[in-house]
Amino acid sequence: MAGLATTFGSGAMTNSISDIVDARCILAIGTNTTEAHPIIGMNVRRAVRRGAKLIVANPLEIGLVHDATIWLRHRSGTDVVLLMGMMKVIVLEGLMDISFIDKRCENYDALKESLLDYPLNLVEEITGVPAETVAAAARIYAENSPASILYTMGITQHTHGTDNVMAVANLAMITGNIGKPGSGVNPLRGQNNVQGACDVGALPNVYPGYQSVSDEKAQQKFEAAWGTKLDPKPGMTLSDIIPAAHDGGIKAIYLVGENPSLSDPDGKHVREALRRLDFFAVQDIFLSETALLADVVLPACSFAEKDGTFTNTERRVQRVRQAIEPVGDSKPDWWIICQVAQRMGAKGFDFDSAESIMEEIARLTPSYGGINYKRLESGSLQWPCPTEEHPGTAILHTEIFSRGKGRFVPLTYKPPVEMPDDEYPLVLTTHRSLFQYHTGTMTRKVRGLNIFRKEELVAIHPADAKSLDISDGEMVRVISRRGDVKAKALVTDSSPEGTIAMTFHFAESPTNELTNPAYDPVAKTPELKVSAVRVEKIRQAAASPA
Amino acid sequence: MTTTDTAVAGEKTLKTITLSINGVKIEVPEGTTVLEAARRADIYIPTLCYYPDLEPYGGCRLCVVEIEKMRGLPTACTTPATEGMVVTTESAAINEVRRSSLELILSTHPCECLVCHRRERCGPNDICLRQVNVTDRCVTCPSNQNCELQEVVDYLGVHELSIPRDTKPRDIDTSNPFFDLDRNRCILCSRCVRACQEITGVGAIDMANRGYDVKVATFGDKSLMDSICRSCGECMVRCPVGAMKPKEITRPDKEVKTVCAYCGVGCSMYLGVKDNKITGVRGDPEGPANQGRLCVKGRFGIAEFVNHKDRLTTPLIRKNGILVEASWEEALSLVAEKLGKYHGDEAAMITSARATNEDNYVMQKFARAVLGTNNVDHCARL
Ligand code: SF4
Ligand code: SF4
Ligand code: SF4
Ligand code: FES
Repeated sequence: MAGLATTFGSGAMTNSISDIVDARCILAIGTNTTEAHPIIGMNVRRAVRRGAKLIVANPLEIGLVHDATIWLRHRSGTDVVLLMGMMKVIVLEGLMDISFIDKRCENYDALKESLLDYPLNLVEEITGVPAETVAAAARIYAENSPASILYTMGITQHTHGTDNVMAVANLAMITGNIGKPGSGVNPLRGQNNVQGACDVGALPNVYPGYQSVSDEKAQQKFEAAWGTKLDPKPGMTLSDIIPAAHDGGIKAIYLVGENPSLSDPDGKHVREALRRLDFFAVQDIFLSETALLADVVLPACSFAEKDGTFTNTERRVQRVRQAIEPVGDSKPDWWIICQVAQRMGAKGFDFDSAESIMEEIARLTPSYGGINYKRLESGSLQWPCPTEEHPGTAILHTEIFSRGKGRFVPLTYKPPVEMPDDEYPLVLTTHRSLFQYHTGTMTRKVRGLNIFRKEELVAIHPADAKSLDISDGEMVRVISRRGDVKAKALVTDSSPEGTIAMTFHFAESPTNELTNPAYDPVAKTPELKVSAVRVEKIRQAAASPA
Repeated sequence: MTTTDTAVAGEKTLKTITLSINGVKIEVPEGTTVLEAARRADIYIPTLCYYPDLEPYGGCRLCVVEIEKMRGLPTACTTPATEGMVVTTESAAINEVRRSSLELILSTHPCECLVCHRRERCGPNDICLRQVNVTDRCVTCPSNQNCELQEVVDYLGVHELSIPRDTKPRDIDTSNPFFDLDRNRCILCSRCVRACQEITGVGAIDMANRGYDVKVATFGDKSLMDSICRSCGECMVRCPVGAMKPKEITRPDKEVKTVCAYCGVGCSMYLGVKDNKITGVRGDPEGPANQGRLCVKGRFGIAEFVNHKDRLTTPLIRKNGILVEASWEEALSLVAEKLGKYHGDEAAMITSARATNEDNYVMQKFARAVLGTNNVDHCARL
């Protein structure tokens, strides 16, 4: 979310889930909302029922395409060009919100100048979307205010993901779609508590509340609070930790509730790296593919067995309450860590409840300063909520941006790192199914969900299938520079010609063996949305009878 | 209702109107229906097709009332309250219309128990003196004692039908793994159909055919499983009778309010609990993100994984290459001893986007203050 932090000064969803229904225009780019965020998908459809215009920008024919006023089927990885093209039309036709730009933003002239690099015929050539359609979308977005932009991994999982995000932010600012209900730039976070994990400092460069580890004041504050010396040097992101483990720079990993051998790019490399560790501890509710590689496995409680809070994608902190006693001898994650810390002689890990941890979070995290369990008993709170009197914040940047002025960022088009070629002529893009979740550690355990979707499907365009002599339902092999995976073909024109789509929910067909770990230099998000692959027919004899 | 809806309604409250129902003066915001006004004042009006978060429909005609200066008997659920309106909710004429509307509904419903005065006392193993078919008896219906039709029948005191019954068997759709549609029990209120259109925007089901053959059906009369249905169950939770019900029903002893463990929407939900097991999930109507709604994973995908037999129940330690069971003391001491050997950046902590804020806070504090490294991250980017 580094892109939004540059532009606005804060990287979270600017608006609330419930105010999407008040938008007069919604631009859903790089999000398959009805599959990955079903309730938000319902809100989008409700807004459309109430007369809102919907622009869908997605190479895949997702469910919302059928509700859309206009569908921009741009090529994977060309989002910056598409969005800059839309801004070009807005500026050319004078559809921008000049007073908002003057009052609230800076660097507009530089942006305007960079738009010279985007003649519409070039935009058409790169994105594959007719110039007229780009222009129509630009008008619809600019003329129907308030307009809300929704996006997810389709925007961020690129080597130029930060640019994509800044392009989205430019578009919102140029039309004044910030700071009011029904507008905004809304990154939808995938897992239940991604937002919260970031908020409380589970990131290598910041303490809780996005206070930089290299900021001296912040360092002193946390040294005083935690009673120990702290390192001002930012640590490694997951995308760097794995290669470092592979090279021997990192010798021990303590991993909680994640399954990187299926979720991370280049799965073979990940498992190799984890096997090379001196010591590997895993804490989870199931013996995942990753836990199988561990030296020690610690059984954790599920969310139903513990107290705590989750922060959803709209910055809303809500109480998680214990409903049942821990299953078997499992324990809450925080309790386990505290026990280890105490055995290592550390002080400050004698918490007796989740509530007492929240008290410490509130003390050290300005945006959570007014949040406590007593208040959460009578309802949830959206951060920033700095004091106990503060009601929480439904919409960010209403008067000024977190960084003061909103900053326009001129952008240049960077193609994906790995483009299709003769050997690997197809683009693989990853997506998700409504009926499964992440690497399936939870959903694969639910029989009914597996009736809906029990195996990986390679969505491939009929023309590509025909040229490869592949028929619907046949097992195929998908091969990239990094690995190969077998899965069933789903012949469908919901994938454009030249692009195939797969999920990563299924251990039997580990899609991330194929994907590219090359990442965005700022956000360190890997390019999961574009990898070059080829698809091969599996010869009859080798085909599995199942 | 969304926050902004409330805000809009809030503006409207500036204009309130006063009406009288059964002689009681009631003040309501403009735009309130007569039915909602009555409910606010705790005046009961029977309903079957009305549902608070669906648009007014006016299909069952059980909510008819008398309103001065209006002709006929308008339906309270579709009539907006106006200033000075004088409403009566009970009269012989009203009763007559309600009874004949109800009889029409009952004529296609397995209703012999419904109109039987012993119903309340009749258990599942009792012998029915009137020889009602087992599958037609209220005691075998999953909605028994939790059924809006029973409520309305009791209120109107219907004990026999004056019109012939249509008992021809109707299709049952059991294709969905989580819930069934038993059209024999369907009273054609169309709440499910409207939920699928208005709440989810999917529109998988509709009222098909006309007259006696009208039924809830998918496009092309395919099974739900073969249709575009997304299995969210929003239809099912609005069914007033036992026509749409989960396949597995255990009545919980208690409910605990919490937040869904799957996606970032953060739906507020109640977990039903019995014998230390999750029995089911109910959407929280007050949930700020979801307003009661849930998707298939949240509604049907939680109990089974929490209660699953493959849950890790004890620490494991690798000995001679295989993971074997160990005590907490052994496992915790081993982790502490091993991690103690590495200095700063030789170690890393990978935390979980599924764990709570409190868990993640303690983990990053542990990495920084105990392991002495900022090598701490989670799967935010994946
Ligand atoms: S389960 Fe959801 S999608 Fe399916 S018919 Fe019911 S409301 Fe519609
Ligand atoms: S299935 Fe239930 S909700 Fe749907 S029309 Fe029949 S009775 Fe009404
Ligand atoms: S119920 Fe569905 S939409 Fe709601 S939080 Fe859970 S997974 Fe997300
Ligand atoms: S509730 Fe008013 S007509 Fe059915």
